[in-house]
Amino acid sequence: MGVLKEKDKKKVANIFKGIEKDVKIVMFTQEMECPHCEMTRTMLEEVSDLSDKLSLEVHDFVAEADLAKKYGVDKIPATVILGDKDYGIRFYGVPTGYEFNVLIEDIMDVGKRNPALSKEVMTELAKIDQPVHLQVLISPT
Amino acid sequence: MASDYITSDMIESSEFSFLAVKYNVHGVPHTVINEEHSIVGAQSEMEFARAILKAIGQ
Repeated sequence: MGVLKEKDKKKVANIFKGIEKDVKIVMFTQEMECPHCEMTRTMLEEVSDLSDKLSLEVHDFVAEADLAKKYGVDKIPATVILGDKDYGIRFYGVPTGYEFNVLIEDIMDVGKRNPALSKEVMTELAKIDQPVHLQVLISPT
Repeated sequence: MASDYITSDMIESSEFSFLAVKYNVHGVPHTVINEEHSIVGAQSEMEFARAILKAIGQ
């Protein structure tokens, strides 16, 4: 059963026309899928079908524990968005509601290889000289 | 993307309620920086960048 509405698919497909470079989405679920895992996987399958520049890899969190560790994934459902490299972008849980917009925006930023930030903010962030781990806790809207 | 040092997790707090408890989350968005610093509420990009720098002692 689909997750996305047809009109939303059209809207997103149109936004995705702006993707310049390939984006790979890596998702971790497990064989006995939790309801949220199944919903996330279905949604990502639908999203990745909306552009030729998008690819989706689905992995098993349990059977492929080494790979999960490589990506630093410690819970599922987990969604990793990759470009030429790993930018450290992770979604844990189903990206629905407002988070769906954030997912699409992140795919676009990676697809353009350019975070949509001002020069001033980029200058500030360039001062960071040690690992920073951000965890943004959000709730469905 | 703006810094190779940054990794960023978006976490659905209702699905991972143990993390909401661990980080004492009462409102969202709630951002945890390196396990020990918190930013509650939405911030401008510049405020956010400065909060990160402050958290790492810069």
